Amino acid sequence: MSWLTKTLSSSIGKKVLMAITGLFLCSFLIIHLMGNLQLFKDDGGYAFNTYTVFMTTNPLIKTVSYVLYFSILFHAVWGIYLEYQNKKARPQGYAMSKNQGSLASRNMAILGTIIFVYIAVHLGDFWYEYKFGHLPYVTYTESLSTGEVTAIETLPDSYTQEVKMLETFNEAEGTKSITVKDLYVEAEEAFSKPLLVIFYVISMVVLGFHLLHGFQSGFQTLGLNHPKYNPLIKKVGIWVFAILIPFAFAVIPVYFLIK
Amino acid sequence: MDLKLKVWRQKNAEDKGGLVEYQLNDIEGHMSFLEMMDILNEQLISEGQEPVSFDHDCREGICGACSMHINGEPHGPDAGTTTCQLHMRKFNDGDTIFIEPFRAKAFPVIKDLVVDRSAFDRIQHAGGYISVNTSGNTQDANSIPVPKVNADKAFDAATCIGCGACVAACKNASAMLFVSAKVSQFALLPQGEVEAKDRALNMVKQMDAEGFGNCTNTGACEAECPKGISLENIARLNREYLSASVTTDH
Repeated sequence: MSWLTKTLSSSIGKKVLMAITGLFLCSFLIIHLMGNLQLFKDDGGYAFNTYTVFMTTNPLIKTVSYVLYFSILFHAVWGIYLEYQNKKARPQGYAMSKNQGSLASRNMAILGTIIFVYIAVHLGDFWYEYKFGHLPYVTYTESLSTGEVTAIETLPDSYTQEVKMLETFNEAEGTKSITVKDLYVEAEEAFSKPLLVIFYVISMVVLGFHLLHGFQSGFQTLGLNHPKYNPLIKKVGIWVFAILIPFAFAVIPVYFLIK
Repeated sequence: MDLKLKVWRQKNAEDKGGLVEYQLNDIEGHMSFLEMMDILNEQLISEGQEPVSFDHDCREGICGACSMHINGEPHGPDAGTTTCQLHMRKFNDGDTIFIEPFRAKAFPVIKDLVVDRSAFDRIQHAGGYISVNTSGNTQDANSIPVPKVNADKAFDAATCIGCGACVAACKNASAMLFVSAKVSQFALLPQGEVEAKDRALNMVKQMDAEGFGNCTNTGACEAECPKGISLENIARLNREYLSASVTTDH
């Protein structure tokens, strides 16, 4: 066995893999939220839809997205494997147990499983629809002099599913037209269903609990524990990752439902 | 006070075992938990029954021999206390007390409340020591300067009595707090530096071989440790292990 497999298959190494993939997924949440905040722009989805094209065509982002898909799968499968091992370490339980440790820290596997189901549903709603579904197209016409944008639902013949964005200039009228798949209208449609909105909101609460323990636990596993920066890790874990980010994500479906 | 005890009875390692209820009257608050167990055993012997087996030795909280999972907690409800130092005044008249052995695959039950904790001994043998020349020219330890902060941390880690409460409390039956204390007490001192890398690698290897679970940083061990060993030690063990992994020649 090479030194690397020996290290990574030790109990500490196995946890390091969970910590690295988990913290990487945390960093993704920040990027994902920043992009999604464009849904709140009252521009008929112009900013969001053009951003979507950028995110699905930029080669660097595409590469990172494959790392992301792998991390999600790995973190989930590896987490369940570790939970199975941990259960095996105590074949017979206690008749009475006080269960020390926070509720979140004791239930990471269950919380993680719910999040995994959520991710599958979420990818089905948007990623699959965008890639393989039949989304309507929208043409945004921007006046180059005033910057005013008008949106018209279109379905030009020349469009196939492969075409992500078509940009045309009309010099005579001084306008720029961009035709893109309308993922914004897909969000509007999906979040008009109250049950789906409730599922999204609950999932974000679950995500908050998962990160309440997960974020700071990742640093501890990597050996990053020091009185100088522990308070910062704890504060960021609680206020940013367990509260702010899940809350902001949860607001999106609710915003579309009541809009 | 009068108490109802639910005690785990198990004849041997193969026996399935189960909780047996006993009524014990006129227990005084000044008694230690083990003295209460002694009285239970006197009562059982006088009734012609087999007394309850349990581990004990110094009865002053420093040897790490006593164990028992009392009302859902290793060493019972009092913080920073071993079972032998737990007073019966922590309980009330009419209470029902659950008394179970420490539970872990790596700590198999031998009989009743006695579990085999020799896994800890084997982990210690794997690296929980320093090599000192004893041929007459042993250096005085005080001649090697040690920063005060490191000496304090090493001492705090060295207060681990190896009782196994961390394993018993952990939902994963992980031994990380024990191993981290044993690694830390040497890693922080110049005398321990020589063997620091192999110590971290070998003790973790033995810990994994014994079948303990993986640490998920719930902090249950720290909360239940009778000696208050800090989670900071687990982070240090992680650092020691990972840095040893990438810097040793083997």
